[in-house]
Parts: sequence; structure tokens; C-alpha cells
Amino acid sequence: MIDALTTQPLRIGDREFSSRLLVGTGKFASGDFMREACAASETGLVTVALKRAALQGPDEFADILDYLDQDRYLVLPNTAGAMNAEEAVRIARLAEAAGLPKWVKLEIHPDPNYLLPDPIETLKAAEVLVEEGWTVLPYINADPVLAARLQDVGCATVMPLGSPIGSNRGLETAAQLKIIIEQARVPVVVDAGIGTPSHAAAAMELGADAVLVNTAIAVASNPAQMARAFAAAVIAGRTAYELGLPGIQEKAAATSPLTAFLG
Amino acid sequence: MRFSDVLPTLPLDALVQQSHDTSEQTVQRVLAQGRATNLTEFAALLSPAAQPYLEQMAAASMQLTQKYFGKTIRMFAPLYLSNECINICTYCGFSRNNPIPRITTPMDQVVDETRKLARKGFRALLLVAGEHPKYVSNGYVADVIRELLPIMPNIGIELGPLETDAYRSIVDAGAENLICYQESYHPETYAGLHPAGPKKKFNFRLETPERGYDAGFRRVGIGPLFGLYNWRYEAIATAAHGLHLLRHCWKSQLSIALPRMRPAAGGWTPNPEFHMYDRDLVQAIAAFRLLLPHAAISMSTREHPTLRNGLVRLGVTHMSAGSCTEPGGYSSYDEEAWVQTKTAQEGEQFHISDSRAPHVVADMIRQQGYEPVWKDHDISFTPTGSR
Repeated sequence: MIDALTTQPLRIGDREFSSRLLVGTGKFASGDFMREACAASETGLVTVALKRAALQGPDEFADILDYLDQDRYLVLPNTAGAMNAEEAVRIARLAEAAGLPKWVKLEIHPDPNYLLPDPIETLKAAEVLVEEGWTVLPYINADPVLAARLQDVGCATVMPLGSPIGSNRGLETAAQLKIIIEQARVPVVVDAGIGTPSHAAAAMELGADAVLVNTAIAVASNPAQMARAFAAAVIAGRTAYELGLPGIQEKAAATSPLTAFLG
Repeated sequence: MRFSDVLPTLPLDALVQQSHDTSEQTVQRVLAQGRATNLTEFAALLSPAAQPYLEQMAAASMQLTQKYFGKTIRMFAPLYLSNECINICTYCGFSRNNPIPRITTPMDQVVDETRKLARKGFRALLLVAGEHPKYVSNGYVADVIRELLPIMPNIGIELGPLETDAYRSIVDAGAENLICYQESYHPETYAGLHPAGPKKKFNFRLETPERGYDAGFRRVGIGPLFGLYNWRYEAIATAAHGLHLLRHCWKSQLSIALPRMRPAAGGWTPNPEFHMYDRDLVQAIAAFRLLLPHAAISMSTREHPTLRNGLVRLGVTHMSAGSCTEPGGYSSYDEEAWVQTKTAQEGEQFHISDSRAPHVVADMIRQQGYEPVWKDHDISFTPTGSR
């Protein structure tokens, strides 16, 4: 039934993706589980933490990239682990030198507990990387002004969080997300905190262009099946959004015209 | 404010008593909220009344750990640089009066051993040494780190406490992780166990993680050494230390280890009153996870294989494997089977309990449905990463 639903493709930078679900590759019980979940999700874009990848040459003990068919997915390197702009820029450049695409999910979190992104360092790094010709997808708190600033700099998306990474608490930042979506000139990808398919559907119904899911798929008892569940939810939510949900229509339309008496 | 200012103000004895007196209803209430939010609730989870709820605590610990760390265990290896030591610690094999052969591994041998560990998979190394300014000087350690960084992207240190400036040069050399166990948070016990040497200075040791943080370490590790004093007292004090560091050292990942005493040279006799049983340790790990969901919890080879196998799913995030606690000891390991070919290991700090080879431990972790993660840090994160 879900196959009968089609949604508009997602455009980020110069690439087009048929799926609006992005998948993270951390926290899986094995590389095989990760590979199967990515395939089942039908995603076209997977993100990999560079700190776990072999950037200085082949390494059988850091082989996370070997599990991803780069013809099938755009591998989006992320800078998780970087605590400031300088580190993020340095590791991004290293990824490019290692042959990865010149795309980067900018993640700068000096707080290693809640992994909340540093807005100041993120903006600094984005300026440098965009200037160098990178397609930059910054992970940010749901701050509309920061989102606008990053778009001014030339970021290809903004990726505001729904709630802290791994928390599975859903769209706690919904009110701010709505403003970001309303003002967005680039795709808005809700990243982090999406713990259930209904959270993903809710983000799409809000008008997010895509969602990124990792923990909820990776630690599921059957990651591939959970990936399918998220994929279906994303399609359902997006379809409803494209059709127009009564609750989110901007213009009110009374069933009987209110001004008919004017003749 | 340093933790050394905070510790004397904490009602630790009262919390231990409270833990003993905890009612089953209190335990149920804390478990129902899914988290311990303060030291009183943490003490409740450590209580005798919580023992019948161990399975429930373990399940909650597993779930929280999976949320923040996934189904993964990060692997590391200790590498002992030297057993020279000017301290007397009555329970430690390296204690200065113990008649053990004193070894400081020369640099080329350190490099060879590190390469050997790297071939077994390790990409994270913990450099360990006794406290001796002549043999284990700050300059020597920084040199070692610079030499090893191209082989091991992630290097931690566990040495005698240093001043902030000394730590800064070690961070600049590329170290990521600082570990300093307080051994005992009970000042009188501590004083009795450390009669001579710089380690006598309780507060200087207690402030080590904060000095390390000021110097720029990205991870700071704390812990007691269970078996020296009442384990509930030590666990509650460690938890208080952790909570303090989370507030004051917010850019560092907090890492906790819960080592228990092992037999060592010197013939120290443990006080059976302070013995921590396996069930107590599991209860403590789950309680720490419920109080500090984001903290790394590290488990060394001082624990026996059955326990380590069981702990993979219960809240532990970092594990060592195939460890040797004698300086230069890896040199005589058979690389394939990872067994010590030398019969006597007189220079070791303590005798490990899980001697399985790294790849055997990694297979065990996989069998539990977890991925052993070898590399989780990149050289490019260090200021010297371009080397």
C-alpha cells in the first residue's frame, strides 16, 4: 500500500534523492546489521562518523565504510567528536583527501553528554567550508536565527534537532522547528531525538523536508524492519503534508462564505 | 570550586546509613522514574533493599546505555611504561618497598609493543606508569605520546598526578584521556594506605581531573578502588565526584571505572568487611548508569571472564582485553595466541583475571550482539594531527 504513495524528490545541493529518510550508521550491533538497515530504509544518504573510519589508508579494524556501497548511497561524512570549528574543518579536509565526497554534516558538540551543537563554532566552520566549496549540512539546535545565519553563509540544508541525540523524545522543539521551516530557503532535515516512526511522520507533517534517524533504528531488536517502519512513516507524513493537512493550512476557508451578505 | 572543597561538606556517612535503611517502596519509586536524580536516590539503588530488584535495574541500565552508546563496546589496551615508584601504597605491587624487578621500557620497545597491540586491533591505548620523577618525567611521557600517535590515534594516561602546565604539554603532545583513580575517598583510610611519597596528598590527587580538564583533556576518568573501605561509601563519593565534574568540566566526557582489589606483590591482606561481591558490583554499575546515563563506564581485565561477559550488556561501554600489567610485558607475548611466553611476571602491578586474547574477547562481544569498536577517535582531532 505504501508503494502506491509517491512524494516529491528531495533536492540537497546538486543532488536529488527519492527518499526523505537519512540514516545514521553509529550504534549498530554489527556492520551487517547496519548495511541491512540502510538497504531496508531505501535511503539515498547515509552519514558516517569520520572518527570511526579509516582515513589514513585501509584498516580492517576501522572498516565502517566498507559496509556502504558508495554507488548506492551518498556517504555523508560527519564531524562528530569535533569540539570546535578548527577540528571540524581539519577532519572534513582529511575525509576529502581520503576520497570521500566533498559533503559534510557539520557536528560540533563540545558537550559530550547531551551532544548539543555549539552554534558559534558551527557558524565559523560553515563559513570556512562553504568558502572552500563544500556542501555543508549543519546539525544545530532548533534556533531559527542561527538557521537563517547558516543559510546566509550558503549551507545546503539546516538540520535542527527534535530533542537531544539518542533521547528518543521526539519533537520537543516543535514550536521552533515550525519557524525554521516557515523561513527556510534550503531543505530542513530534522535530526536527532526521533525515536518512533510517529515522530518521523509528525516532522514530515510539520513540513520538514527530511528526517535523519539513527539510534531508534540501530538499537531496535530488528534494525532492518524498524528502518522499513521509519521509511513508511516518512512517506506517509510527507504525502499528507504535500496533500495539505486541514490543521496546517495557512488560509481559513469557511464552509459558508462569511461575506456573502455584502452582495 | 574544586571537588576538594565539596567532599568534606558531603554527608557521606549519613548517605551510607540511609542506603542501609532504604525501604523497598523507595527503591520502587526510583525505579519507576527510570533514573536516579540525586545522591539520595543513588544511595537507594545501592541499598540492600534494592538487591531483589537487580534484574530490573540491569534492564534499565542496558536500555539507557544502548540509547546513548548503542550496541557497541569500545576497546582499549593498557601499556605499562614503568613500575618505578616513589610511593608506598600498601596494596599495590609497584609500592616502593616491594622487592620486584624495576623496569622502565625503552622508547623503541614501547613503539614495538604499541605496533604489536595495533596489529591485534587496538586503536586506543592507555599509558600507565608508577610515580617517579626520575624515570617517568613529563617530558618522557610527552615524547612517548608523540612517537605513538601515528600508530594509536587515541592515547590516554594513568600516571601520578601532575600540575596543570605539565598536563598541558601532554595534551599538546596528543593525549586525549586522563585517568586518576582516587583509590579511597575516605580521608582516614587513604592516609593509612599511603604512608609515604607524594601520593600522601589526598586533595592534590582529588583535584587531578579538574587540573586535567583545565589543561584540555577531552575525557577524564575517575574511580575508587573497591576493597579498601566500605564499597557503598566509595560508590556514593565517586558519584558525587562525577556529578561535580559534569557541572564544572562540561566539555570533558566523564568516564568511570569500578575496579576491585586484586592480589599483588607486597602481601596486602584485604579486610573481608569491605569485600565487594559480584552482585554488589553489578548493582553498583546499574546504579551509576541510572544516575549518569552519559558517562562512559570502563571494565578492565582484573575481572573474571564470566563477569565480563555478563557486563557487556549491562552498562559497560569500554573494555580492555589481553592486558599485561608488567612494563615491557607485551614483548614476550606470542602474537598469534596472545599468551605470555615468559614464566614469571614479577614486575606486574597486579595479576589479571581475564587473560583471553583481544580477538577472543571481541568475538565474545559479537556473540552478545554488540560490536567491538576499535577506532573511535581520529588523529586529526589533536592539534598535532597533521604530523
